[in-house]
Amino acid sequence: MPAVTETIETVQAVAESGYKWGFETDIEMEFAPKGLNEDIVRFISAKKNEPEWLLEWRLRAFAAWKTMEEPRWAAVKYPPIDYQDSYYYAAPVKKPGPRSLDEVDPELLRTYEKLGIPIREQAILAGVEGAGETPAEGRLPVAVDAVFDSVSVATTFKARLEKDGVIFCSISEAVQNHPELVRKYLGTVVPQGDNFFAALNSAVFTDGSFVYIPKGVRCPMELSTYFRINAKSTGQFERTLIIADAGSHVSYLEGCTAPMRDENQLHAAVVELVAMDDATIKYSTVQNWYPGDAEGKGGIYNFVTKRGACRGARSKISWTQVETGSAITWKYPSCILQGEDSVGEFYSVAITNNYQQADTGTKMFHIGPRTKSTIVSKGISAGHGQNTYRGLVRIGAKAAGARNFTQCDSLLIGDLCGAHTVPYIENRCATAKVEHEATTSRIAEDQLFYCRQRGLTQEEAVGLIVNGFCREVLKELPMEFAVEAQKLLQISLEGSVG
Amino acid sequence: MLHIEGLTAEVDGKPILQGIDLQVPTGEVHAIMGPNGSGKSTLSYVLAGRDGYEVTGGIATLDGRDILAMEPEERAAAGVFLAFQYPVELPGVGNAMFLRTALNAVRRGRGESDLDAMQFLKLARERMKALSMPEDMLKRGVNVGFSGGEKKRNEILQMALLQPAFAILDETDSGLDIDALKIVADGVNAMRGPGFSALVITHYQRLLDYIVPDRVHVLMGGRIVKSGGPELAQELEAQGYGAVQAAA
Repeated sequence: MPAVTETIETVQAVAESGYKWGFETDIEMEFAPKGLNEDIVRFISAKKNEPEWLLEWRLRAFAAWKTMEEPRWAAVKYPPIDYQDSYYYAAPVKKPGPRSLDEVDPELLRTYEKLGIPIREQAILAGVEGAGETPAEGRLPVAVDAVFDSVSVATTFKARLEKDGVIFCSISEAVQNHPELVRKYLGTVVPQGDNFFAALNSAVFTDGSFVYIPKGVRCPMELSTYFRINAKSTGQFERTLIIADAGSHVSYLEGCTAPMRDENQLHAAVVELVAMDDATIKYSTVQNWYPGDAEGKGGIYNFVTKRGACRGARSKISWTQVETGSAITWKYPSCILQGEDSVGEFYSVAITNNYQQADTGTKMFHIGPRTKSTIVSKGISAGHGQNTYRGLVRIGAKAAGARNFTQCDSLLIGDLCGAHTVPYIENRCATAKVEHEATTSRIAEDQLFYCRQRGLTQEEAVGLIVNGFCREVLKELPMEFAVEAQKLLQISLEGSVG
Repeated sequence: MLHIEGLTAEVDGKPILQGIDLQVPTGEVHAIMGPNGSGKSTLSYVLAGRDGYEVTGGIATLDGRDILAMEPEERAAAGVFLAFQYPVELPGVGNAMFLRTALNAVRRGRGESDLDAMQFLKLARERMKALSMPEDMLKRGVNVGFSGGEKKRNEILQMALLQPAFAILDETDSGLDIDALKIVADGVNAMRGPGFSALVITHYQRLLDYIVPDRVHVLMGGRIVKSGGPELAQELEAQGYGAVQAAA
């Protein structure tokens, strides 16, 4: 039956070509014993040589987690997770600081090459000392913190950034070198007991990035963290903390990928942002965890808590996310708008293809007077994908003159997928203005035909139309990543039509 | 050379084309006229390969190649261009980006290299000037917020950029004022030459004053019922389709 064979081959081709980052690196790893208990929490803390206060902090989180129940209110379905059947610590065995490219573990090197990280950056990522200096000409490159399973393997351009007083390092390093800053801010935006997954993260977080921008400093380059899950049966629990002191500015981007596996792997991160008076934090995410195969087998469970506090007057926090990966995305990057005239923004593109599920959105808490928020959400559903926007705009009694504008657009490709919009608005202030707009549309046959008549393949046409649909969000991404994100959208939708 | 023989097609199970025989030699421009519902737009969609327009019999070849066996984008690469009666809006997709993507797709199909952004802009500006199109039309979304005349000019611009071997202009004159009509006609006439042929579909003789066809065909009830020189268009204008129908 040639037709059937052809169909199967096509599906395989899509599954294979669709996720280019699905390879596994064979590298010597060190694991904590499987499972989760107080000893594991102590193991992780000891492994990282943490001070006593942090171990206690973790243990309080673990105690809280044990009393909590996994949230079930999101519009996502998955079988129960066995939290004892996972490794909570997995790190490449560290060899003493390699001096040249030849000495770096070639497997690690090849991994970065395959992930498409440019050669110079690659040299830096692999930890070759001396390669991290600023190139003599041209614009400054992007500084990268590379997190491989449970640990940060390298952070680039630290020396260059230090010249401006910017601290950019792994959070483990920050605990050692800047304990006063970590202690002052950790858990102040997302408390340990905030929710089930945040509590879990607080107990077992292993690494992540730490950023501090001093007063009045505009960070001289984009900062980014590249998260890679590699080891089998391992959860990744990273913790990121970014503090922008008064009058400072920083743009930060995170990217992530994982091997293709039949098992589901858990990724439960916590990100905390703090912006003081007149400070701006722009936080962009291109989320490309393994989404599972065409039948919905495997993929990452992405259960993430991200929240920013605009503590200072006229401060601004802007979240931009492009969510193309993960079997399940559960994520609501939020802003607490305390400072007067502070601004919160949320720009989101979420794609669900095959059997992916996304329940994502934001919360904007307007506390200070004249606080402003903008929400632009673009949900794209294809295959059997289910896509939910869930958002809350809460305006407190003292937020006189607060304003919110929300726009939620959904695009459907095919007739087996779903789009849902669940906006909550709570307004306790008579002088506040809240606007909400929502649309749902399909890619029209005439649009596809028009593009194909002009020589584009069906998939190029879908990519073009989807990119057009997402334009308002994509233009918020730093230039370097906008192009990448556009390509990603197209790849994510491969095989979704025709 | 476009060669159509015994072409029959249906839409939603309803036969529309009832056996079309038509030849457009390379270098010639032919007009197809006919009343509403005669199958003019169906013919253009069938040749361009739109879904839902089911070919039930006959052949259509362009320079000896069976275009009916090709996907729409393969036909485009083979040199088939359709100027739409109702150009489609693509919100958020920049016109420049769309035009360049289309041009490069067709160039790749022809085994030519891609144009980079600078080369493309230079070419596009040149062609736009010839069509009296303001440059900001490159920055706007494809056909979004374009007036009727702007949409049609945008179609002609695409034709001028893609340089097809065979173009179908489906009622490109509808909704155009006389100035826009002249600009569009100039655009088509500029394409005329030994490597180009076209099928101009229209209700009215007016367009054919500016694009003078080599042959005129009358399509009625899914068949070509009469063919002649450019004077046939004037005859139809004077006497209406009824006279042809009575004679056929």
